[in-house]
Amino acid sequence: MDGQRLKFYLPRAPFEITELIPWVLGIAVFFLLPEYLALAARILIFIILVLSLDLIVGYAGVVSLGHGVFFGVGAYAAGIASVSLDIHDPLMQLLIAAACAGLLGLLSGAVVLRGRGLTLIMLTLAVASLVHEAANRATQLTGGADGLTGVVIDPLLGLFSFDMFGKTAYVYSLVVLFIVWLLLRTLCRSSFGASLIGIHQNTMRMQAIGTPVLRQLLFTYTLAAAIAGIAGALLTQTSSFVGLNTLGFELSGEILVMLILGGVGRLYGAFVGPVVFLVAQDYLAKQFPENWYLGIGVLLIVVILYARGGILGLLDLLVKKGVKA
Amino acid sequence: MLEVINVVFHGAAFGMVLYVITVGLSITMGLMRFANLAHGMFAMVGGYALIVSMGRYGVPYPAALGLAFVASCLMGYVLERLLYSRFYGDSELAQVLISIGLIFVAIALVRMVFGPQSQRVDLPSYLQGQWHIFGLDWIAYRVFIIVVGALLILALWFGIERTRWGAKVRAAVDNRAMAQSIGIDTSRIFSLTFMLGSGLAGLGGALGVELLAVQPGYPFEFLVIFLMVVALGGIGSLRGTFFAALLIGLADTACKYWIPELGSFLLYGLVIVFLGLRPGGLFGAQT
Repeated sequence: MDGQRLKFYLPRAPFEITELIPWVLGIAVFFLLPEYLALAARILIFIILVLSLDLIVGYAGVVSLGHGVFFGVGAYAAGIASVSLDIHDPLMQLLIAAACAGLLGLLSGAVVLRGRGLTLIMLTLAVASLVHEAANRATQLTGGADGLTGVVIDPLLGLFSFDMFGKTAYVYSLVVLFIVWLLLRTLCRSSFGASLIGIHQNTMRMQAIGTPVLRQLLFTYTLAAAIAGIAGALLTQTSSFVGLNTLGFELSGEILVMLILGGVGRLYGAFVGPVVFLVAQDYLAKQFPENWYLGIGVLLIVVILYARGGILGLLDLLVKKGVKA
Repeated sequence: MLEVINVVFHGAAFGMVLYVITVGLSITMGLMRFANLAHGMFAMVGGYALIVSMGRYGVPYPAALGLAFVASCLMGYVLERLLYSRFYGDSELAQVLISIGLIFVAIALVRMVFGPQSQRVDLPSYLQGQWHIFGLDWIAYRVFIIVVGALLILALWFGIERTRWGAKVRAAVDNRAMAQSIGIDTSRIFSLTFMLGSGLAGLGGALGVELLAVQPGYPFEFLVIFLMVVALGGIGSLRGTFFAALLIGLADTACKYWIPELGSFLLYGLVIVFLGLRPGGLFGAQT
């Protein structure tokens, strides 16, 4: 995994042809599978969320069990902006969501990132529980356990209204994903990205050579939170509803599963994991609700035991074998 | 005044249950540096063992407590040998994901076998009702919890501070490589300690059936409070875990009693801020 990463970290690594695959597929889905656009938009939103998780878990090495909370805060921020503040412009809502989630990331990160190991994990969980409880109680603002309804979204740029087939929502999500990906790809390949990897591999040494470790981690944590918030706002805008489950622990657990399933710390794992997970969930969770979590649990254990690199790691192995043969 | 006594009494009982459940997690964290988030699973198994053995098979209460201890000991031993031991020294992410995987499996299995609703059992008649001591009425069940908890603390203190096994455990916590090089079989120590820690968690879960509702979501629902005790107490510290458990038990009870509209808010907030300032916990090393 590290070799793969280092190669990825070469400062001016050129675009590889394989990096086009997600975008070709993304455009192909729009024309070939119009009846699945709602599910596909949902997948795109989760790819954005898992990308932001990969930034802090895979690159910075901060194991967060509460990353879903930023997604939820973004979702609620967009919803509340529409319902209580009469801000219906989708891009404005994205900005508000990013700002709210980023602010929470900055504030909680300043505390959480001081911890190590189990303490850090516990703090991420505690922050998430706190926000979940707050949203549950502030029924005036959030609708509590019933969720927030009555979200109104103006047409995008005043031109494209959100239609019932989800065409606008899909293209909109795809464009946002592209921008987020471009940003993260650039960031991860910069010297800043290299120093994040350094912190991940040996925090003490990075501190010793003068890296402002806490500040860099805090910046990354805040950025990841803001991106997760944008993903949350997209979910609100495409579904016109915010549920309390966007803040739940289950979501934070599920996105970790998606990330490890795709492959941690390589940016593209975040593209593969959500597709497999959400398509499987769409088919299996309805037919076998009893066995779904059993399957997820077993899958997680098997992946950690035998396929650390996730699906992309297995592909790497196949390619290597092919080259040798 | 009576109110204060009541809150302290209830809080102490809750703190004892928290201590018995979390002490194993703290020691295994200190020993093996394993972030075992699935520790609550053992407590849940203990709770179910008690309820099923009493409710379905009419096992007397003390024997059912023993059974809960043995069942979670066994489960801990098997899982440690099969799974956990492969991940000592592995990345934190792998350890966390393995424990989450285990929690998912445990929740699904329990829900399949026992259904989604929370399970209840009638305590034996001698623990129902109240005891009249010092001119006040005390709920018998909570007195029993406090007494059992205190006995366990004594036994653990003796085991860790006064026996050969305890000395080996302390040596391995302080410096594993050195302990290994002077001939202590650390792998055996790990295995035994993990088993004992899981057993205690099971016993705690069984003791606390009336305080922490036994239902499939158990390992997730109480995860935060368990981890809070361990983090606050300082990882690997028996004394710290005890004070942290007591503190959180008392604070949680007091918050729910006097300021119910805030719920566990205040407590969580305080713990977060405190750990932000002192990441090592109450007594832990400040690094």
